[in-house]
Order: sequence, then structure tokens, then C-alpha cells
Amino acid sequence: MNITLGHYLTLGAILFALSVIGIFLNRKNLIVLLMAIELMLLAVNMNFVAFSHYLGDLNGQIFVFFILTVAAAESAIGLAILVQLFRNKSSINVDELNTLKG
Amino acid sequence: MMDVQSALFYAFSAVMLFAAFRVITARNPVHAALYLVLAFFQASGVWMLLQAEFLSIALVLVYVGAVMVLFLFVVMMLDINMDSIRQGFWKHFPLAATVGAVIALELAAVLLGGFRVTEPQKQVAAQLVSPVAVTAVAPVDVASAAVDAASAAVDVGHMVVAQVSNTKALGVVLYTEYLYPVQVAALILLVALIAAIALTLRARKDSKFQNPADQVRVKASDRVALVKMDAVKPAAAPAAEETQA
Repeated sequence: MNITLGHYLTLGAILFALSVIGIFLNRKNLIVLLMAIELMLLAVNMNFVAFSHYLGDLNGQIFVFFILTVAAAESAIGLAILVQLFRNKSSINVDELNTLKG
Repeated sequence: MMDVQSALFYAFSAVMLFAAFRVITARNPVHAALYLVLAFFQASGVWMLLQAEFLSIALVLVYVGAVMVLFLFVVMMLDINMDSIRQGFWKHFPLAATVGAVIALELAAVLLGGFRVTEPQKQVAAQLVSPVAVTAVAPVDVASAAVDAASAAVDVGHMVVAQVSNTKALGVVLYTEYLYPVQVAALILLVALIAAIALTLRARKDSKFQNPADQVRVKASDRVALVKMDAVKPAAAPAAEETQA
């Protein structure tokens, strides 16, 4: 049995679903939330690469390249905010981030 | 009987899904980060199967080499109280599992039904033959046409793809068609760099520094003050010497 495009897309779908579950489970842990977001981006990238291979269109891989760039910037800034947050609150619990609540 | 590619695909996928599962359930954030590294390695293997060599290696270099090291640094730097964070972890599990299963099943139903493409269509060559890239591809094209004059089964596009590597093809498209987006991406990275430094930089309160503007603006009258006073004879000095001896 050959591996079809559907196999790769299903792999991406399961990965995406797992990271959604992770976001639900780790509602309080900001670090694991960031990791779950990275996993989601990986699932999306997987779909892009699979489509790019099976449809013979190189633009998909270019797009993955840009997603990698933006994801790196996002995680760098996210972690910087996380460090700042921990300095001010001594906690990374999402529930305690209610300073802006009136 | 499975061929090698299918076996590799299933092996990479199984390990990757296991690693992803451990990322979201691990007690220790350091373990979660390390399992995420494993997941990225397996993903790069899968991309290698998809013949996206450049992206596969870039994933390892960028993610495992930079982003995950950053994650590990931050996790180890923060002193996190895990007990308060793990509270209510399993309380959300039924809801989370339901939502996840629904998403996975819906996506799998749509994808497995609609995308039974088995043989990759090699249209990369046709795409490469754009006005800017035609010089890079044309010689290969001619050569391949000469080579498979005997075997008509192999189409020209396939040969071009086999001879122009993935990295080269990607580079040709990236630096011609996508030149401005590449520069915008560089700008995004620069902004992220500055933002991350600006967010985390803390000026030390006890550090001594000079203000150049103040130094430039200084006048002689600020530095030397002439005071007119009567001469005073120091009387106590000899007495102090005697007590020392």
C-alpha cells in the first residue's frame, strides 16, 4: 500500500488535534502553551510540504520557509514576555494575568 | 508487504505522535521541551521522505538549534512551582479529549476521502521555467530530453526535478520571485530581535555611567570655584606627629 497525500494530511491533522488537546489541558502553564502552538505550526507546515510535494508546486515550501521565520520571531518575543512576567509576578500561571481586568 | 518508504513514514509518524503526546502531558517542562525536540526531529524525517531536504535541515537547525535551546534556557531560568500549575490538569481532560477527537476525525474523514493522490505530479519544472529562471533550467531540460530519447516513459519534468536539487530550485524561486518577501522576513527577524532585547533588558540601578551631554555642556565656572578667605595657620599638625611617634 502506497503512502498517499491523505496519509500526510491525516498525520498533520492528528498532530494539530493533539496540540489543541494540549492547549485545553495546560490552561495554566504558559510555557507548555507556547510549545503546543509550536506543534500546531509544525502540523500546518507538514500539510504545506505534503501538498507541495504531491502537487509539484514549490510555492508551498517557500511558504513554510516564511512560517518558520515568523514562528522563530514569535517564540522569541513570547519567551521574552514570559521572562518579564515571571520577574513581575513570580508565576507563569495564566489565571493570575488579570491586571488589566477593571 | 510494505516498501521502505511506507515503513519509514509509519515509524516517523508513530514516534512523532508519541512525542507530541508526551509534550502536552509531561509533568516537567524540561521533559516537555526535550520531547518537542524529538518531535521536530521526526518531522524533519518525514519532510525528508517528501523530498523537501532544505526545509528538513532548516527545521533541525532553526528549531532544534535555536528555538528549543531558547525554550530550555527559559525553562531552566524560571523557578516554577509545578504543583499549583498542575491543578485542574485532569479536570479538563474529558472536554479536551472530545474536542481533539472530533477535530481529528473530521479532518481525517475529509482528507482521506478527498486526497487519494498517490503519485507526485512533477510540475516543479514547469513552474521553474518562468521568465527569470529559464536560463537556470533550460540546459538541464535539453540534456534530459537527449538522455531519455530511448525511454519515453520518463517525462521531462521528472528528469529536471531529479537533476535540479530541491535546495537549488527553492533558492531560484526564493531569490527571484520572492525577493521582497525575503527582505520583509529579515525585517521581521530584526524587529523581533530588538523587541526581545528591549523587553528583557534591565538597567542596573547601582551602575555608574557618564552622561556625555552633561559633559559637553559643562562650563569652567561649574568646575572651579574661587573662594576668598583669610590664611589660617595649621596649629594641630605637630601635635599629631608627636602622638604617632
